[in-house]
This record gives sequence, C-alpha cells and structure tokens, in this order.
Amino acid sequence: MIEIRVHGRGGQGSVTAAELLGFAAHSDGKYAQAFPSFGSERMGAPVQAFVRISDKPIRIRSQVYKPNYVIVQDPTLLEVVNVLDGLQENGLLLINSKKKVSELGINTKVKVMTIPAMEIAMEVIGRPIMNTTLLGAFAAATGEISLDGIRKAIQHKFPGSVGEKNIAAVLKAFDFIKKESL
Amino acid sequence: MTREMLTGNAAAAWGVRLAEVDYVPAYPITPQTEIIETLAKWISDGVLDAGFVTVDSEHSMITAAGAASATGVRVFTATSSQGLLYGFEMLYSVAGWRVPLVMVNVSRGLSSPITLEPDHNDILAARDSGFLQIHCETCQEVLDSILMAYRLAEDERILLPVLVNMDGFHLSFTREPVEIPEIELVRKFLPAYHSKHAFFKATQPMAQGVAVLGGHAYSYFKYQMHLASIKSLEVYKEVSDEFKEVFGRSYNTIEGYMLDNAEYVLVMTNSFSTLGKEAVKKARVKGIKAGLLRIRLIRPFPDMDIVKALNGKKAVAVLDQNISVGKGGIVYSEIASALYNERENPLLLSFVGGLGGKNINPGEFEFVFDSMIKAVDTGKIPAPQLLYTETEWKEMENLKKIAGKQTTVIKTASV
Repeated sequence: MIEIRVHGRGGQGSVTAAELLGFAAHSDGKYAQAFPSFGSERMGAPVQAFVRISDKPIRIRSQVYKPNYVIVQDPTLLEVVNVLDGLQENGLLLINSKKKVSELGINTKVKVMTIPAMEIAMEVIGRPIMNTTLLGAFAAATGEISLDGIRKAIQHKFPGSVGEKNIAAVLKAFDFIKKESL
Repeated sequence: MTREMLTGNAAAAWGVRLAEVDYVPAYPITPQTEIIETLAKWISDGVLDAGFVTVDSEHSMITAAGAASATGVRVFTATSSQGLLYGFEMLYSVAGWRVPLVMVNVSRGLSSPITLEPDHNDILAARDSGFLQIHCETCQEVLDSILMAYRLAEDERILLPVLVNMDGFHLSFTREPVEIPEIELVRKFLPAYHSKHAFFKATQPMAQGVAVLGGHAYSYFKYQMHLASIKSLEVYKEVSDEFKEVFGRSYNTIEGYMLDNAEYVLVMTNSFSTLGKEAVKKARVKGIKAGLLRIRLIRPFPDMDIVKALNGKKAVAVLDQNISVGKGGIVYSEIASALYNERENPLLLSFVGGLGGKNINPGEFEFVFDSMIKAVDTGKIPAPQLLYTETEWKEMENLKKIAGKQTTVIKTASV
C-alpha cells in the first residue's frame, strides 16, 4: 500500500486532487481511498488531503501519518507547514515551483522534484488552478497511476471542455517531468 | 452492479435511493449534510421520486419523519451529534409511535468543547430510546445497513425505527470503492412498504400516539417496545441470511477478527475497529494470540452472541470511544452485564480512547495488549484508563503554557 499527502491552501483543489488520484487508481483496477484532513477547513488556510492506493482491499481508516509521497500545491506553504512530516526516506516530495530544488533550501534526504505547475496551468487552462497539472507530474515521477486513469478521473469529474483543458495540462506536465528525468 | 468511489455520505444516499423512500425531512449539520444534499439533488433531478422538505430544526425534522411514517410511507432522515440531541425528545416519541423510519447518524463528538471529529457519545445517548442501532465500519456497510434497516424496521414483529451510525470524516468524507446493487435485487430484498398498522385513509380514521394515564397501560406499551427490540435479534438473523443470499455480503450482529483461537480480545465498534484489526495483526506477528470483536448491532444488544464469542478467552479489553461522565466506558458496562452470570468469564479491562476523533496510535494498542497479558499473569485488573500518548500530553502542556496555565509534571508510562 502507498500513501499520499497533498498540501495546499483552501480553494486550490487539494481535496479534488486526492479524489482524482483515488478515482484514477480505482479505474486502473487498484483499490483506493481518498479523503480530506479531519476537521474544519477555510479558504486560503493550509489544508491537507490524503490518498491510499493498494493492490488489495484497504482496511485501515485513519489519517495518513507516514506518507510515501507528498505533493505541495503552493510553495509558500514550505515556510508555514512542515511538509516533510512523516515522509518516508525512500519517498518523494513533489512541489509546484518554477524554482530548481536547490534554490528552495529544503534540508532532507528524501528525493525532491519541482514542476512549474502554476505556469503550465495558466498557459493551458488559463486559470491558476494547478491540481490536475500536478497529477500529470505525479504520474510521470512515480508511475503509481496511469495517464489513462487520470484522464478517466478528470472526464468523470469535469465533463466537457473544462476537463479537456485539464487533461492537456496533465499531458504537458507529464512530458515535462519525463524530459527532466532523461 | 457497479463499483464506484463513494464517500460514506454518498453511500448512505445511495442506500436511501435504492430503498425508494417516499419522504425526506432534512436539516443540515456537519458532517452529515452531504447526505441530504445528494438526496435533494436526486429528487430535484427526478431520479428519486420522493418528497423533500427542509425544516427549521432537528426537533421538527424527527417529528415530521415520525408523522409521515405514521401515514404508512417510507421515510428517511439524517443527522449528527448536536442535531441528534436537539431532536432528542422526539426520538423517544416516534419510537413509541412504532413507526419504521430509518435515520442515519454521522457520529461527531458532543459539545462542549465543540469539535467536528467522531466519538460515540451522540449515538449512544440514544441507546434507550427504542430505536434499533446498527454501527458501521465501512462505506459499503453503510449502504447495505440502510437496506437491512428498512427490512428490520418494517417487519411486523418489530415496527421500531432504526438508527444507522457511521463515523464522521473517517467514513462520511472518505471515498472508497462501494458496490451499488442493482435496483431489481434491492426490490427483491426490500419490497415496497405496505403498512397494516398505521396509514392515512379518510374512510378509516385512527388516533395515534394518544395519552395513557395510570401506569398499567404505559407499562404495557413500553414493555412491548422492549420485547419487539429483543425479538429483532431473531429477525436480524433471518434478514442478514437473506441479505447474503441476494447480495453475497454478510453482516452478523457482531464481527470477529482472528477471534477463533484468540486469547486476548479487543472489543471495539465503528470505523476505529479497522485500527484495532491492524493492531491485532501486528500483535499476532509478535506471537500474541490477539483477536478483535466488533459489535455492529448495539440495540438490541446481542448479549448471547457476545457471550459465545468471548467464552473461554483469557482477557478482554473493551475500548470505548465514548465516556459516560461519572461512570466510564459505556460498552464496557454493557459487556460486563452480558457476561456477569456466565461461569467461565475472561478478565475484563476497560479503556477509553479516540475521544473527539483522537487517533489511536499503534503504541496505544500495544499498551492495551500488554495490559491484558499482565492482568492474566498477575491476576490484577488495572483500573479503567484513558489512552493518551506522551507526545499528545506534551502538546497539551504546550497549549496550557500558551494559555498562561501552570503545567503539571506527571510520570507516565511511555506509549
């Protein structure tokens, strides 16, 4: 079983990102769970959402405390929240930022990657909502979910042209990470 | 049959849609609101043919639900926590009317201090009302239990309302795969409701819920409710057998996990029992013969099933996610009374944990198993204890410092 934590600010679509990840894994034929952090949430305040993915039915129902992967939607959160909390050493921290990892001043042994998701989203979708873009990057970086799964999830949640634009952003982010890793 | 990623709230709404209810009075409260929002949308879209009314409070909501049910239609409603308590007077009233409505409660710790996360003081406060109570561990179980609940409620041997409980957040907002049964199968299992005892017909007027003065009539009716509830233990088994036959999934009054050859047993309810099961698995790896008993049917309390399940065990720890202030864990007391007259009773330990949704960490479960083993070795049973970690204690001390309060230094076992 793998566990994912998404950091964002209320209104950035972190819960939707988790929901889409869960749906993608589900349509990939895996078992999944997706949920928001337990408690109240406010627009603009730091929020978290979680995903579990497994080949077997998932029994446990609790918050995620030791994620394999962490996705950060908003780089300003790095100064506010310990996004590394509980992150496993062989895991991955994926951050929306146009900066290079070395410029972020993160002190960790865990692998860190950045993607200019905001810029991609503005260019392709025309709105500063980068949750779907980050999913494309996540799929490319980890291989835990398929592009097809993400496509199905987005089409299910956002039918029509909104969904198609988001899928285009996903593909662009996927290619970006793939080229970076070459 | 389709399998979809649904939250517990959406699974509840699906159960209600498949039950083809006629009437839904509604009042919002976190973390339940998604249930009534989903139903409202379906009714507005025309995929669910039912009346939907938003009322001014839970008190009115339960009154409307009971009154509608007394006209012979199938009724659903939902609430949580403070909402359940606000409608409390009417819980007893509508149960006494013997109306077979189904209500979902999404558990949330009671105020004050105010919170949003789950424990079971809300639902357990209603345990003496006459409502049957089914407590769920998974989103699938929520959907399935609503269908079973209508069968139980509408059975002429029972005719009591049913509360189906799920934990807020841990189920209500957790999206997981849920099988949505075909409507034809549901209709086979749960046919349309034709009330014989209470209906609305101009040519046959009837008075319901009349006053009875002098205790003999009151005693009679009250005890009838109790007998019907006890009778539902028997009916439950028929209903669950039939449910298994139609849908292939099976739910008994209690659920055992690695229980058969277990010597040390945890007793839990609702979604936190998934944490208990993980802990049992870990304890087994360490060579402890651990097991878990989850109680699903809380009213009527399945005494005999519990006695049978715990018979011959060395020690049993009841982990209550509730607190009866001035007494302790509620389920512990109920289990103790179920076991008292048996000859070969296990040692019975009491723990309170997970209040207000506090996580129960692996270390806390280890502590519970260690306590059981120690109790068996020494013959001494520890006093009831609150599960709380050192880290949590330090965080609390820090909060007290911020509030300008003096902090206390106490020696605790490291958990």
